[in-house]
Amino acid sequence: MINEYEIIETMQMFNKEHLDIRTITMGISLMDCAASTVEESCNKIYDKICRYAGNLVATGEQISKKYGIPIIHKRISVTPIAIVAAACGAKDYTPFAKTLDRAAKTCGVNFVGGFSALVQKGYTESDKILINSIPEALSTTEFVCSSINLASTRTGINMDAVRDMGVIIKKTAEASADRSAIGCAKLVVFANAPEDNPFMAGAFLGPGEPECVINVGISGPGVVKHALEGVKGRDLGVVAETIKKAAFKITRVGELVAREASERLGVPFGIIDLSLAPTPAVGDSVARLLEEFGLETCGTWGTTAALAMLNDAVKKGGIMASSYVGGLSGAFIPVSEDEGMIAAARSGELKLEKLEAMTCVCSVGLDMIAVPGDTTAETISGIIADEMALGTFNNKTTAVRLIPVPGKGVGDSVEFGGLLGTAPIMPVTKTSCAEFIHRGGRIPAPIHSMRN
Amino acid sequence: MEYEKNTAVVTVLGKDRVGIIAGISTLLAEYGINIKDISQTILDDIFTMVMMVDLKDLQIENSDISDKLKALGDELGVQITIQHTGLFNAMHKI
Repeated sequence: MINEYEIIETMQMFNKEHLDIRTITMGISLMDCAASTVEESCNKIYDKICRYAGNLVATGEQISKKYGIPIIHKRISVTPIAIVAAACGAKDYTPFAKTLDRAAKTCGVNFVGGFSALVQKGYTESDKILINSIPEALSTTEFVCSSINLASTRTGINMDAVRDMGVIIKKTAEASADRSAIGCAKLVVFANAPEDNPFMAGAFLGPGEPECVINVGISGPGVVKHALEGVKGRDLGVVAETIKKAAFKITRVGELVAREASERLGVPFGIIDLSLAPTPAVGDSVARLLEEFGLETCGTWGTTAALAMLNDAVKKGGIMASSYVGGLSGAFIPVSEDEGMIAAARSGELKLEKLEAMTCVCSVGLDMIAVPGDTTAETISGIIADEMALGTFNNKTTAVRLIPVPGKGVGDSVEFGGLLGTAPIMPVTKTSCAEFIHRGGRIPAPIHSMRN
Repeated sequence: MEYEKNTAVVTVLGKDRVGIIAGISTLLAEYGINIKDISQTILDDIFTMVMMVDLKDLQIENSDISDKLKALGDELGVQITIQHTGLFNAMHKI
C-alpha cells in the first residue's frame, strides 16, 4: 500500500521541483537504407523513419497522461549518415539532412540526431563529405543534429579532424549568423561518444545497436536540490546518501516510462540515461543544486568536488533503480540551458577554465558555451583538443558544443529560445595554439587503453 | 512493478471549501470509478486530499477523465490530478 506521504512527495516533485522525463528517444537503424543514388537512399530513409516512429509522439503523450508525468521531448536517433550515405556517390550530404528534417516534421518529434560520423582513427571519403556538408546542412534544416566522434581511449585523438572541426564550427556559425549562430547549438564533437545516448545534440544509433530501440533520458536537478535543502549543515556522507535516494526515485520513473513505451511500441528497451539535465527554468538548475552544497556561486573553489560527488551519487542511486543504464549518465552542465550557470557566467565567477575542470568529473563537456565571434578556428580546435584529451586519457565521454557568435563579444549575450536558453559570451584565452593544431596527425592512444 | 492492478490515485491540492468531495465523487461515479479510500490532511496550510480509486476497465489515457477532473479543479479553485498507481509503486517500492 502506498502511503499518503509518498503520494504528496511525488506530487511535489512534479508540481514544484520540475521532475520530468526529458526525452524518449527512438533509435532507428538506417543500415538497410544505403543505395546507389541519393534519391533512392533518401526515400528509403524517410519511409523507414516514418514507419517506425509514426506513433512515437502519440505513445509518449499517452504514457504522460496515464501517469501524470511530463515527458518533454520525443526524439529520433539514427545510424551515422556518413555510413548510410557512403554508397550513394554524392559529393554533398545536405539532401540527407533535409530528408531527416522532413521525417522529423512528419513524426512530430523536435529533434533527429545522427547527421554524424565516427572518425576517431581516420576519415573515410564519406566522413569527409559529411563533415564538409555540416554548415549548410545545419543552417538549412530545423530539427537535425550533428555529432562527430573525434577521439576514443582505444584509438587516441584524430587531430586532423580536430583541426577541421574548428573550421567547420566557424563556418556553421557564419552560415546561421542571422539566427544567433544556432547551427552550432546543433553540432557537438565527442571523445568516447556513447552509441546509445538519447540526448541531443549528440544522439546517434551506433553500428552495434539493434534495428530499433527505445532509450530514455531522465531529469530532475530540482528534485535533488529540494532533497538537499532538507539536510543543510549535515556532513557530506549524509548529502551523498540523500542524493542517492532522490536519484533512485527519479530513475524509477524513467524505467517505468521506458518499459511502458517499449511495450506499447513493440520496440526493445535499450537504456536509461542517468543524467541530471537542467532547463533554463528557475528551480531546474544543476548550478543551483551545486550551490546548495554550500557554494556561494557555481564556479567558485569546491565546485569540482561538489560536482564529482553529485555525479557519483546520482549513478549509485540510479543504477539500482534500472536494469539497463547507459548513454552519457552524468550531470549535464550546459551553460545556456541552466539558469544558475547563466547567472554565474554573467557575473564572471564561472570561467571557461573552471568548466573544463568540471568536465573531468561529469558527463558531456564544454556544452552550449557562446564565445566571441572573432575566436579563431585554431583556438576552437585547441579547446576541442584539450577536451578530447580529458576524455581519451581519463577513459570517459567528453564533448564540445561551442558557439562562436559572429559580431558578438564579451559582455554581449545571445538568445536561442526555448530549452536552448540564453548564453552570455564568455572570454577565451587569446594566445595562439595554431602551430600545434596545424601539425595534424593522431595523438596515440594512452597506455592504459592496452588492456588485452 | 505492479502493472496488473488498474487502480489510480486522485490528489487534490488547494484551499479547502464546500463541495470538493461531492464534486469529485459525482464525476468519478459518472465514469463508473469506485472510490476505495479517502484521506485528507492540511499540510503547510494546503488542503491535501488523496483518493485511491479502482478504474476497473477504464484507461486513463484513452478517456477524458483527467481533463474533466482538471476542469472541475479549475471551477473549485484547487488542483486535481489522476495518476495510475504504477507510478507510485515504481518510485516508492523496491
